[in-house]
Amino acid sequence: MTASSLGAHTTKELDRVVIRFAGDSGDGMQLAGDQFAAVSAAFGNDLATFPDYPAEIRAPAGTLAGVSAFQVHISDHDILTPGDKPDVLVAMNPAALHANVGDLAPGATLIVNADSFDERALAKAGYESDPLADGSLKHLVVYEVPMTSMTLAACKKTGAKPRDAERSKNFFALGLISWMFTRPTEGTIAWIAKRFARMAQVAEANTLAFKAGWNFGETAELFASNYEVAKAHLQPGTYTNVTGNTALAWGIIAAGQLSGLPVFLGSYPITPASDILHELSKRKSFGVRTLQAEDEIAGVGSALGASFGGALGVTTTSGPGLDLKSETIGLAVSLELPLVIVDVQRGGPSTGLPTKTEQADLLHAMYGRHGESPLPVIASKTPSGCFDAAIEAARLAVKYRTPVVLLSDASLANGTEPWRLPEIESLSRIDPNFATEANHVDEDGKKEFWPYLRDPVTLARPWAVPGTPGLEHRIGGLEKLAGAGTVSYDPANHEEMVRARAAKIAAIAADIPLAEVDDPHPAGSSRVLVLGWGSTYGAIAAGVRRVRARGKCVAHLHLVHLNPFPPNLGDVLARYPVVLAPEMNLGQLSRLIRADYLVDVRSVSKVMGVPFKAAEIEAAILDALEDPDVGSPGGDGPPESAETAETSEATGSLGGAVAVEAGA
Amino acid sequence: MMTQDNASAKASSSGNGSGSLPGGTENVAPTTRKDWASDQEARWCPGCGDYSILTAMQLLLPEIGARRESTVFVSGIGCAARFPYYMSTYGVHSIHGRAPAFATGLAIARPDLDVWVIVGDGDALAIGGNHLVHALRRNVNITILMFNNQIYGLTKGQYSPTSVQGKVTKSTPFGSLEVPFNPISLALGAEATFVARTHDMDRKHMMEMFRRARQHRGASFVEVYQNCNVFNDGAFELVTGRAVRSSNLIPLVHGEPIRFGEAGEKGVATCKEGGLCIVDVDASTEDQVLVHDERREDPSIAFQLSRLARGPFEPTPIGVFRAVDHQDYGAGVDFQIAEAKSHADADDLAALLRSASTWSVR
Repeated sequence: MTASSLGAHTTKELDRVVIRFAGDSGDGMQLAGDQFAAVSAAFGNDLATFPDYPAEIRAPAGTLAGVSAFQVHISDHDILTPGDKPDVLVAMNPAALHANVGDLAPGATLIVNADSFDERALAKAGYESDPLADGSLKHLVVYEVPMTSMTLAACKKTGAKPRDAERSKNFFALGLISWMFTRPTEGTIAWIAKRFARMAQVAEANTLAFKAGWNFGETAELFASNYEVAKAHLQPGTYTNVTGNTALAWGIIAAGQLSGLPVFLGSYPITPASDILHELSKRKSFGVRTLQAEDEIAGVGSALGASFGGALGVTTTSGPGLDLKSETIGLAVSLELPLVIVDVQRGGPSTGLPTKTEQADLLHAMYGRHGESPLPVIASKTPSGCFDAAIEAARLAVKYRTPVVLLSDASLANGTEPWRLPEIESLSRIDPNFATEANHVDEDGKKEFWPYLRDPVTLARPWAVPGTPGLEHRIGGLEKLAGAGTVSYDPANHEEMVRARAAKIAAIAADIPLAEVDDPHPAGSSRVLVLGWGSTYGAIAAGVRRVRARGKCVAHLHLVHLNPFPPNLGDVLARYPVVLAPEMNLGQLSRLIRADYLVDVRSVSKVMGVPFKAAEIEAAILDALEDPDVGSPGGDGPPESAETAETSEATGSLGGAVAVEAGA
Repeated sequence: MMTQDNASAKASSSGNGSGSLPGGTENVAPTTRKDWASDQEARWCPGCGDYSILTAMQLLLPEIGARRESTVFVSGIGCAARFPYYMSTYGVHSIHGRAPAFATGLAIARPDLDVWVIVGDGDALAIGGNHLVHALRRNVNITILMFNNQIYGLTKGQYSPTSVQGKVTKSTPFGSLEVPFNPISLALGAEATFVARTHDMDRKHMMEMFRRARQHRGASFVEVYQNCNVFNDGAFELVTGRAVRSSNLIPLVHGEPIRFGEAGEKGVATCKEGGLCIVDVDASTEDQVLVHDERREDPSIAFQLSRLARGPFEPTPIGVFRAVDHQDYGAGVDFQIAEAKSHADADDLAALLRSASTWSVR
């Protein structure tokens, strides 16, 4: 079954499409969406995904609380976000429809499992009347497909009980959508066989349901056409589809290899960071030691202990865990030992929104310890960027003997994108530079080891690990005498040490890349700089493209290093009359920028547990450009090709302007 | 005697978790007590029991041929936690309660090291209780010495989780309402594989317990009755005082009947109701006296021994309650790693990055 075998249908070309699979949390929507993404990636599309699932493993079936969704954006060109609004929504039950229908623009396609729209399910979902009958969906192109009954019929010959067979209906949906977007089927059929290898009956049922879904699309006279999204022109190379959490775990393994240090992960399970623990626990063949600690405190404590022993100590967590680790991170600041703390941010405060995304831990990472306790903070901006960010965090930690906070978030952690794999040989090595001999001579001419005698360039102290004869030393959380490292309560020494620790971190600015602004316009024509950090990268970059597609000028700078900032940041900020800072918090980066550079940053905040949409960024930029304070040159750069702008709002439907008749 | 324990079970020479670490394996000259003392002046109160524990340690380590470079003392916060500063080994004075967690990571990363954890009763049983029980349960290869003085000393005299009920302190002016922990019972309940008790008035016994604890591969727990002569003076006097010791300390010796008293006239036997009780030993009861078996897998008799005294004011067992051989946590980790590494291209990073489905763009 391939697109060319289609008979009566025409096939139209689309440059991109956003599909959302939505159902009950037990319906297998994440699995279906993920597989659709995998097949599309292998086919050669560019893509981005956004899984959105409830915190409860199984919220009551059929309720709004239990709706789980997976959005995938595929395209024939470079894209940056999972898409603002779905062009196609697959709703497996009334609750899934109710929870998601508001995101659909007029003209969008809705495919519902008609079998699930009975009175009871409608009531559970909060519908007073049947939306399929009451005309409330008339702005959409609605396809009512009896997915449950057709799945049961297809699976009858497996002998599975109806209750079991029904569970294959996500594969029916996947089959139908695969037909609709002319995805190759072989990959999915092979994947089902592999994934369910130990459950022959389930594998057979899923395969039959998948084929039934495909065949339904092809034979039912329901769909006038199906669609093609051609391969994207991506940079040559080998690609894989990766989540932020997996990329981050692999980055830690890479950092271990690049430094020659054995990796030790001390961690406590917490959403949405646990997958890093899972991935690293699998990788014992790389010498990775993982400890699922008794609590968050022991997670970081054991990692710091391992670092003292000469390992690359890493701990992974989310916001509530970062709270608990604070005291030990302060100890690491005082001990001046390498330590990587990964915070996969989620909605807070407290338990907050465990599965939803937010960027509200930035100030916590910066300042969440007592005393003057500075440390480097970096943030990945894309899922695959988590690989590089992990290596960078380890590099700074090892080179400067310091804890480093690496910020990710729920949308990066679970979101996927194609990743052009790096050449391992191209990655820079990290030199642990262990102390091997005495570094000081005492008054009697005796050689001794001073654990706090700093390197004049990096200001880092020597790292002497147990097992090294002659370098035995004692360190701790009490203030230490500069150089000798013995306990000191001397007032002047304390100030010297406080300043030395701060100077060491500040000096890292000279060892990180300069801030590079994306501003293709002639100097002076962009009046607005959009300044972002972390996972907002895709939405901001897409929003900026849309503004440029309107012929207007705007610049974009996305920070990876948040402490210290790149050394040229002040100069960059000074070039733009208006700095907009979109953040999924109430303006945390804005405060840092205001404090450091006295720049009147305009904060653009969103704290809904979901990422910014490109349209929201676009609107914020346009709003700023219209502001009379911004000054005149604002507009009229050469418009960027509409091809590359994610003009989602402009279409909103499969039959819109970008669809080109291709025939069959 | 000099090097009998050099190849101790605690500091294995077989594995070094950090392949790239420096450090020699040259022959080392015998050391003396002086070699193990750091240049820092001990700052405990004059008369503190901690001094005699420090002396016991500084005498023991040279005697058994331990090596300074492979010995690490890790502590939390409290008077006891200053201990590492006075040993000329590697040492970390960490934060309150977290020493077992810190030491867990260190010992797993470095199975070749001899890791000692020095904690007090507040440090180990209050703020750090969770880490203590889990370090014991996991059987991490560390030696935990808990200095029990039944009081908070460094914060100047508040009651601790081992203070006796009714104890009047600054924070319990009307007497403590809390039931104290029995540290030996707690350790046994936490699946500890080595559990012992000693006291600061008997250097020889301390040295023997420390030696045994170090020799044990896995987590060792030693409760040291330690006198705080400033805030809780004489807390153990009723059992450790020279005049009462023979009648109120019950030495536990593996394979020997459990007897005590000036002439061994008392013994521990199983009483009719099922628990343990103290009997007068004579010809008619001699056969009933329990023979101590520290290697018994089932910890219930060790637990009963730990309950024999309600507190250090009536006959109290000292010595090794339990010493059983179980695989230590780090050894299990290393076994899994060795097994995983035995496959071809086990640590091929490029292959890992390609382990999910990949595609090529030309």
